Parts: sequence; structure tokens; C-alpha cells
Amino acid sequence: MPQETGASVKLNLEGLLCPIPVVRVSQAMKDLPVNGVLEATATDPGVLTDIPAWVKSTGNELLSMEKKDKVITFTIRKAK
Amino acid sequence: MQNRDGVTIVVFSGDMDKVIAAFNIAVGAAASGKETTMFFTFWGIKAIQKGNLTGKSFFGRMMGLLNRGGINRIGPSRFNFGGIGRWMFKQMMKAHNVTPLEELRKMAVDLGVKLVPCQMSMEVMEIRREDLIDEVAEPAGVATMLEAAGRSFATLFI
Repeated sequence: MPQETGASVKLNLEGLLCPIPVVRVSQAMKDLPVNGVLEATATDPGVLTDIPAWVKSTGNELLSMEKKDKVITFTIRKAK
Repeated sequence: MQNRDGVTIVVFSGDMDKVIAAFNIAVGAAASGKETTMFFTFWGIKAIQKGNLTGKSFFGRMMGLLNRGGINRIGPSRFNFGGIGRWMFKQMMKAHNVTPLEELRKMAVDLGVKLVPCQMSMEVMEIRREDLIDEVAEPAGVATMLEAAGRSFATLFI
């Protein structure tokens, strides 16, 4: 279960492969208020292209995405 | 102007690999907020069968035996080798932490993907509504599929 910290939520997607990261992100975003921020970590390299694509098709905003060693960390702001 | 924001997938194949691809796309589409409909026709029906033996006539029962449905019974389109390939694929998917097909199907249902069986295929192959999983919608025909396609920006035939 995602832990809520104010208007933001954290999600651990490490070890999960396509299409699960996108599914978990979409579920977590549903519970967030508008302008809420989701921060997630993942290890599937597919996330690097899939999350920007998901954000684009759902009209949300990707605030950051970086890869350190094998762990990818990204933040998304709920736009609507 | 009609809203064309959905995804329609015709699942014709009953091969494990192709069915995985179909459910994967459906789950991704639903998670992206798209109204997603999957039509199961011909061999694709196997992916939404409970897995019991089917058929009434001699040919129907023979088909039910040789072409038995059930999502865990279907094998890959290549390298199946009488079931060994299916086992191998499942092992490899497990090793790489890929979601098993049955779980993927459940996920699709939970995300609101509509699973529609093809009435004609059911008639021909003598598959009854009771032979299909409870989660499927009412069996329908090509007009229903085309109506969904009319509301979709992508229609796939797998």
C-alpha cells in the first residue's frame, strides 16, 4: 500500500515488469488529489519510456525522472 | 462528433504468447484511462473458458477434447512441444517476475476491461455461457465489435 505524506504518495515498483508499473501508478494517482505528487522507484528499464508516455496520454505532468545504478526514481504531479 | 478515445482488441488467437500480448495491451490501455473492450473469437475463446470439457455433438466434443480451453492450458505459438514449451515459458516468466497470464486477466477485469465472447464462435464450437468465466459480458457479434471500434482510436486484431 502506498504511504501518504501530505498531498504526496510513495510507491515502490522495484522488480516489477510491464505492464504492472503503469497499472500501479494509475491506481495510486486515482487516490491523489489534484496537484498531489507521486514519487516512485522502479527497476524495469522500460519505465524510462513508459512513464513519460503514460503521463502524456493521461494529461499528467512528469516532474522528474532519474536513473541511479539500477534504480529509476520519478515524480508525477496529478494535473486534473 | 463521436468520442474516439477507446481501445478495441479482437483476440482471435488462442496462443499463450499472443493472448499475453493482448491482455498486456488491454491492461495498459485501461490503466491509461481508455475504455477498453476485448472481443474473443475462434481460438481466442479459450482464454476466457473455465477449462471444463465442452461440446454436445460428436465433433463438438472432439473439439472440446483436442482444443480444450482454459487460460492455463493454452500454449505458445512456437516451441510448445506438446506442453513442454508452455511449462518452460511459465518458468521463465516466473524467473523474470512477469505477471502470470491468469493474474493479468484478473487485473484487466478489475480495471474495467470489457471481455466480450463471440456468439457465433460459441455456437460453432458448442461452447455454452456456463463454460466461460463469470466475468465475461453478454456474448455478442460483429456489430457490437464495430460499434466499440467506432469509439476507439486503436483497434487491434491479435
